[in-house]
Amino acid sequence: MTKPLQRPKRKDPLKKTRIPLLPQGTRSRTALGLTSAAAEGRFQLQVCSDCGTVVYPPRDACPRCLSARLPFKDVANGGTLLAETTIRTSTDVYFRERMPWRIGTVQLDAGPSIVAHLHGDLREGERARLQLKIDKSGQAIAMALPAEDTPNMADDPQWRELTCDPKFRRVLITDGRTAVGQALAEAVSEAGASVVFVGVADPWKPFPGEERLRKIERVEIVALDLTDTISVNECAGEFAARVDILINTAEYVRTGGIIDRKGLTVAREELEMRYFGLTRLAQAFGPVLRARGADGVNSAAAFVNLLSVYALANWPAYGAFSATEAACLSAAQSLRAELRQGGVKVVNAFFGPLETEWYQAVPPPKVAPSALARAVVRALQQGLEDVFVGDIAEDIRARLAVDPKALERELGS
Amino acid sequence: MSTRQPYDGIVIAAPVTIPYRRYSTNTAHWWVGRAVSEVVQRAGLRSTDVDGLSLSSFTVGPDTAIGLTQHLGLSPRWLDHVPLGGASGVVALRRAARAVQCGDAEFVVCVAGDTNQVDSFRRMLSTFSRFAQDAVYPYGSGGPNASFALIARNYMKRYGATREDFGKICVAQRANALSFPHALMKKPLTLDEYMSARAISDPIHLFDCVMPCAGAEAFLVCREDVAKGQGLPAARLLATIERHNAFPDDPIQYRGGWAMDVPELYAMGGVTTDDVDFVQTYDDYPVICMMQMEDLGFCAKGEGPDFVRSHTLTADGSFPHNTSGGQLSVGQAGAAGGFLGLVEAVRQVTGSALGAAVPDADIGLVSGFGMVTYDRGLASGAALLAGGRA
Repeated sequence: MTKPLQRPKRKDPLKKTRIPLLPQGTRSRTALGLTSAAAEGRFQLQVCSDCGTVVYPPRDACPRCLSARLPFKDVANGGTLLAETTIRTSTDVYFRERMPWRIGTVQLDAGPSIVAHLHGDLREGERARLQLKIDKSGQAIAMALPAEDTPNMADDPQWRELTCDPKFRRVLITDGRTAVGQALAEAVSEAGASVVFVGVADPWKPFPGEERLRKIERVEIVALDLTDTISVNECAGEFAARVDILINTAEYVRTGGIIDRKGLTVAREELEMRYFGLTRLAQAFGPVLRARGADGVNSAAAFVNLLSVYALANWPAYGAFSATEAACLSAAQSLRAELRQGGVKVVNAFFGPLETEWYQAVPPPKVAPSALARAVVRALQQGLEDVFVGDIAEDIRARLAVDPKALERELGS
Repeated sequence: MSTRQPYDGIVIAAPVTIPYRRYSTNTAHWWVGRAVSEVVQRAGLRSTDVDGLSLSSFTVGPDTAIGLTQHLGLSPRWLDHVPLGGASGVVALRRAARAVQCGDAEFVVCVAGDTNQVDSFRRMLSTFSRFAQDAVYPYGSGGPNASFALIARNYMKRYGATREDFGKICVAQRANALSFPHALMKKPLTLDEYMSARAISDPIHLFDCVMPCAGAEAFLVCREDVAKGQGLPAARLLATIERHNAFPDDPIQYRGGWAMDVPELYAMGGVTTDDVDFVQTYDDYPVICMMQMEDLGFCAKGEGPDFVRSHTLTADGSFPHNTSGGQLSVGQAGAAGGFLGLVEAVRQVTGSALGAAVPDADIGLVSGFGMVTYDRGLASGAALLAGGRA
């Protein structure tokens, strides 16, 4: 039985903040296929296209038939824990300060034996579920869980090391005027966040949904204008050291392609809010997040970007908007590498058209703000890096994987 | 029946150990150089006589055997690099034996040497193999202790081995080590001390682990008549086996490659287990010793625990085992750990034991095991040696 996590006490300001250390993140290029799967929460291993053998550790030739055709595919994740050990001495500084640490050999029903991290509720000889997770170094590792969920299982220390669970963490939602921002405030509060800071530009100006937002438990409205560097810096000065998860909910949605926009005014506003807003947040909050990646139960854990799925492939009906989202995605990739040094994850949630006024003329299916909020919370709880929310987002993801050029033509027709 | 050519007239001479040190400021090249020098002196040769060289080392990088030829000023016409860790000794020997037998070389020096600097062990672990980097080191970085803990745990569960059984092996080896001049661990060990030692990676405790150190081991392979001409006491090579990545479908390791080939070993040597006077197993962990007692045919699979319980394992015991103290008491000098048992066996059968001598030792069995690149030891090998009487 997992011991339920205790709400962390207020930190002694004289106490040294533990420097975030990382486990070894070097992997062979082939092994990065596991990281791709882990980023989206899939359990994929190499499966030989010629003989069907499931292969682990990742290889460049099939150990059964020597085939070189070894794509990563979804594989059943059930297995049995054959043997376990509790490591009490490690040569690695990251693990040294986290001892004791349990690992074990899981024989997958699909074939290979996998050495995996063990959830505290899993015992030798028992059935297990394997998951691929992203560790603090940003690379995939396998973790074995009990076959059935157990009480408080998300509080297991080895599991929590791999996730960004909002429970007992302090969350900043950067724009509370949006429907998505409000839905997220509710969702992270329900998920057990200890404080939910919600940024609002010019808070004295009333806005739809304000009353309901203020009633959500543990919500604290703070002044934050993402288009204003001074405002972002002031907010960070006051709150950055108390923000463990930052969720950027800024949005700026206008229709039209590049030619149709006529002039740069709208494009500039779009970039101010989205690209430069993201840059301001990253510069103001990033250094503090990165320094607090190993700061106990409520260590800094994640920087969340909400991105239109058209960041991945331009939708000319919203062509300029798509270009701005693509700029934000590119920035998020850089941010991911920069925050990884502190063991902080960058989570990108890609969504299709939302059920909001700015997508009025777009036919369904559309994503309800509450559905996007739930998906983000789940991504944090599961420690995912990339999530695709809604049918359109998943469809674009699938079509992109098959043929990017075909998708470009389809979106442009 | 073996169809392999016998090793007629091939001997092993000049067993050399360069005394181990816990840490060394010297390079691997220094240790290898000392060992080669001592073999040459002991055999009454000049270094220009050495026309074959076989090198095993983890820490000689970026060099390999070829770099060492220039470093040591040798001009061999036969050269080998055997990066097989605990199996290096047996593998180097069997290759060198064929080279000498076929006339490709006359004097082959087989040498294994490694240095040990503070932190060099950690750096080696993280880059030991691609599988270690991708699929082992990121999992707690417990090194071989954690990998063998899983193997030991499974073996204990499957065959009823207990920590006391493993302790008996370790305690006997320490008793052997007390009279071996080169052993780093010289304090007597009791079963109580073994049992109450701190846990490293359950069920592996402190005295199940070898101590990484610096050192070198070496020997000379040549023809019997040549050794006689030099006045060198020498051990004859009766038989060898070698196998890699045996039983890849076993979900967790409970047997090694010996189990595939051991009938051939005895057939080629013309002896049975009853003729064997002592055994040097590869003792990175006592569970692996027990596995070898089974796989080398001294008892059936699963009977290792009973076999250990029913024998005394000291040099003067009913099953003389790891008579110099093994790596568990002498120390593990990298690849030299794969030579330790072989060098000791040569001494025992030639009546020149440095420590406890096995009474009337004539036929010895040496086993090698090594290279855990993912979850199991991949390399295994064994050799039968004989002294003057067999």
